[in-house]
Amino acid sequence: MTKSFKRLFIILVLIFLYAPILILILYSFTSSTTIGAIRGFSLQNYVTLFTTPELRNMIIGTLLLAVGSAAIATLLGTLGAIGSFYSSRRLGIVYNSLNQVPVINADVVTGFSLCILLVEVLFIDKDTFIPLVAGHVVLCAPFVYLSVIPKLKQMDSYIYEAALDLGATPFRALRRVVLPQIASGIISGFALAITLSLDDYFIATYTKPSTFDTISTYVVNATKGSQTSIKTALWALCAVIFVAVVLVVTVSNLRSAKKEETEEHAV
Amino acid sequence: MHIFKFSRKSLGIPYLVFLIFFVVLPLLVLFYFAFTNGQGRFTFSNLTGFFTDPNAIGTLAYSFAVAIVTTALCLLIAYPSAYFLATAGFRREGVLLLLFIMPMWINFSLRITALKEILTVIEGNLAKFPFLNAVVGMTYDFLPFMILPIYNTISRLDPSLIEAAKDLGANDRSAFLKVTLPLSMPGIISGVSMVFLPAMTNYVVLDMLYNSTYIMGSLIGSYFSAYNWHGGSMIALILLAIIIVFNILTGGSDDSKTSGAGGSLL
Repeated sequence: MTKSFKRLFIILVLIFLYAPILILILYSFTSSTTIGAIRGFSLQNYVTLFTTPELRNMIIGTLLLAVGSAAIATLLGTLGAIGSFYSSRRLGIVYNSLNQVPVINADVVTGFSLCILLVEVLFIDKDTFIPLVAGHVVLCAPFVYLSVIPKLKQMDSYIYEAALDLGATPFRALRRVVLPQIASGIISGFALAITLSLDDYFIATYTKPSTFDTISTYVVNATKGSQTSIKTALWALCAVIFVAVVLVVTVSNLRSAKKEETEEHAV
Repeated sequence: MHIFKFSRKSLGIPYLVFLIFFVVLPLLVLFYFAFTNGQGRFTFSNLTGFFTDPNAIGTLAYSFAVAIVTTALCLLIAYPSAYFLATAGFRREGVLLLLFIMPMWINFSLRITALKEILTVIEGNLAKFPFLNAVVGMTYDFLPFMILPIYNTISRLDPSLIEAAKDLGANDRSAFLKVTLPLSMPGIISGVSMVFLPAMTNYVVLDMLYNSTYIMGSLIGSYFSAYNWHGGSMIALILLAIIIVFNILTGGSDDSKTSGAGGSLL
């Protein structure tokens, strides 16, 4: 197989992945209501997106939910990973297996079972946001745990003991010695938790208050509705999210490339 | 007074309690609901009801068919993509990889909206080819999750293995079939598990494309909207059984899903 064939194949797959998004973004800058004839440049969709209270609340709500539940998940998952790592072998297996359940389980089942327990058995009102936040923490915390555990395993276990020998209290040793060593795992766990929460549909749909919508639940309902101005405003949202993702990916990769470079120089 | 003594082990207690309360307990409740009726009495009727309902059985079979074809199509596209990417020596390999992964971070509902608009232009009425559109929609949604684990496995293969095979007289074809392909199995398996199970349960893609609910996950949704917790729990339990069997067959999922979800890249 020649290299040009390989290149062509890769290009075709990328076109499959990106053509729909890019076409939608192109049409978000027009006044067209369906894909087809372009009717001329317009920023109306962007005006609608940022001025309709319903849309603005939905976007802000999604972001707050993602940051909040990711923060709780990061705290719980990191503490869980530390606790599990220093526990006995058997207890460690218990941690690992329980942690694996939501990872393997389908989100539909996770969301439905949480909804039954919290709403049907314990009568917790969905309007309190407790079921929704709990659901998103269940979704995210196991992945934080899974990104912290490898860092703990890579760590030199004697430095903690050394800190204790030099007079640090266990808490201080953990904060000043262990925490910096596993920080990269905690940060990537947090980032992963945010993306998981942002992309979730199933858990939110079973546990959210009826008046609250995340981007996913809102878009799914809107595609079935017939309100055209909202529909095309979502095209603009697609463009905004696309640009945001490209920016975040570029910046984080430039930064990690730079870090690698300086580390190389240091060695 | 008992003085709390700080120990590293005790830090894990909140998470353990959390897992028991929000992961184990819901599953126990699910189990209880699946085998009881509205009056709280033990019954098998939810189970027998599922397996005697032609509609439910049909949905189960259809879900399997959609999931199998989607997984096969994803593999057919993802393996060459990942293989070419890892071995062809493109100048900007890292950037290309990112392009393949990036769709994971764009909200799936917006991506499916985009796909729906394009497919509507091509086909007109999407309900005309339900199976085709189900497979295309899910392949579009899940493809990156198949490419990443396969790429990770192939790019870590030791190139000297291929050289050794060629020194020993293998041509390109047999070196690929006997060395590269078997060694990339772990990536294929984790990719398959990343695609197959979501394809069985992710009813929202179909729902968005052509308002179909003819897939396993949506049965839960329909019981949910009808407030039939007992029937819904049984469907959830059946899905759970399928998931467990699948994970046993593929030998557990290790941390494949973490790397698959793109965490290692950020």
